[in-house]
Amino acid sequence: MSEKVDQIFVALKHWLAGFAPAQWQPGVSALLSVAALLGAFAALFALTTLLERKGLGRMQNRYGPNRAGPFGLLQPLADGVKALTKEDVVPGGADRVMHFLAPLVLVLPVFLALAVLPVGRNMVAVDLDAGVLFFFAVGAATELAVFLAGWSSRNKYALLGAMRALAQMISYEVPLVLSALTVVMMAGSLSTVSIVDAQAGYSGWIPRWYVFTPWGLAGFVLFLIAAAAEANRSPFDLPEGESEIIAGYYIEYSGFKFALFFLGEYIGLFAASGLAITLFLGGWRAPLPGLEIVPSYLWFSAKLLALIAVFIWVRGTLPRLRMDQLMNLAWKFMLPMALLNVAAAGLWRFLPGAGWGWLVCGLLLAGGYLALGYGFRPGRWSKRGYRFAES
Amino acid sequence: MSPAFLILALLAVAGAVAAVGLRNLIHCALALAVALAAIAGVYLHLGAEFIAFAQLLVYLGAVAILILFAILLTRGSERSGSGIFSAGWGWGLGVALGLLATVAGVFVSARFPRAAAAVSAAPAGARELGTDLMTRHILALELIGLLLTAALIGAVILALHERGREAAPGEGR
Repeated sequence: MSEKVDQIFVALKHWLAGFAPAQWQPGVSALLSVAALLGAFAALFALTTLLERKGLGRMQNRYGPNRAGPFGLLQPLADGVKALTKEDVVPGGADRVMHFLAPLVLVLPVFLALAVLPVGRNMVAVDLDAGVLFFFAVGAATELAVFLAGWSSRNKYALLGAMRALAQMISYEVPLVLSALTVVMMAGSLSTVSIVDAQAGYSGWIPRWYVFTPWGLAGFVLFLIAAAAEANRSPFDLPEGESEIIAGYYIEYSGFKFALFFLGEYIGLFAASGLAITLFLGGWRAPLPGLEIVPSYLWFSAKLLALIAVFIWVRGTLPRLRMDQLMNLAWKFMLPMALLNVAAAGLWRFLPGAGWGWLVCGLLLAGGYLALGYGFRPGRWSKRGYRFAES
Repeated sequence: MSPAFLILALLAVAGAVAAVGLRNLIHCALALAVALAAIAGVYLHLGAEFIAFAQLLVYLGAVAILILFAILLTRGSERSGSGIFSAGWGWGLGVALGLLATVAGVFVSARFPRAAAAVSAAPAGARELGTDLMTRHILALELIGLLLTAALIGAVILALHERGREAAPGEGR
């Protein structure tokens, strides 16, 4: 019974694809997967905008949206109608073609990245041999989109925001990829499906997820921080800092194009969270042996919503970083920690037993953490300036 | 020739032509990005997944961005009034022809396997590439690593203040 419920969407897809002529079936099947992904994640986007505003409101001692529908549930709908009916303003000095293309170039790759996420048992749009690499490769195109948006607007705030975004995304891509690399090393595969399979089973009551190893825990935290920075989420929202550069690279966008930027940003966050779940939290696997009767896609959704809640919580808690703090964190803390983590993962592979592994890897990582924290504390070294950052 | 290959090839060639022909330098850089992405598509079409994704990651994610940064930092983004041909175009043509001759020479002298079976077994998977890099081409890999490290240190030294020559604030730079 639970098997059937678990596979209901897969069965539905096969049943629907069965109506097509035989030579079209692969194409129809792929289209159905794409439609399901688009629909589900767009709905999640609508839900998350509401949840985020509600959650932030609660943290800031106010109600949040509560007028449209019960508990403000229809607020996303109202926002959508508003975005569609607004005038689409294009600045006179803008590069019109590039200005039009930028939101599309942003949204396309973030949706593409969803294709390699296994959202349930047998539920992955394409199982690529180099799935993890595909995820990061399509993510690279979003940087170009941000630049396009900022530059084509012919607005100094937009250009400032775009340059900030580029510097930030390039800096944080390094620890992001390096923290994912540990999992690739241990699973011995770049395919997201095999990585989830490598985390199957339980030792006692604890699932064999990578987050329950010292390098996995450190990698997970590093990955989440870097993912927040890649998605321009608070506390790394300098590229769109409202109080400094108004809205950064999408200041000159209005109406539905603005909504597309919003969509792209959130879908990017979901994709990064989904990859974090796949890499470190066992993908769609249940956290306890007895809970496997709950369908796999529900576990994935639950983990995704939990991670989104963490991101909302962080946004409501931490103030925005300064540019130099942002760069210091990336290059003087995240990068060395990620490299140490790769070394720790290598050690874990050759150490006998989990006890020794925890001791040695834990000491290595904790030692690195403390050394970096003390080594780069303010005033430890002489005040250092950079020629191109001043005057 | 499949339609997919034709589209990708057209995109790549059109992007490359636009990259040298357009007046606005930023447009040139973006056209180059299109050409690079199309070449990644060609790799994908040939079944070399890993190389295609690496191409996207390195060329779109890093090289194109680097070019854009360089253009913006050097004020090259302003529209140039003169023609698009530089004075030394003859030299450039010579270098380009030399490069073309070298690449063509390699292709002509290379012996490709005739049988389809010899190339079908995923020649460019991550595993095979990794094994090759770590065994046969280890020296080249380490040389590249050394070069990149030297470049990195050089960049940091260029960006640092020179000691003992602290410029007064407001001094022209």
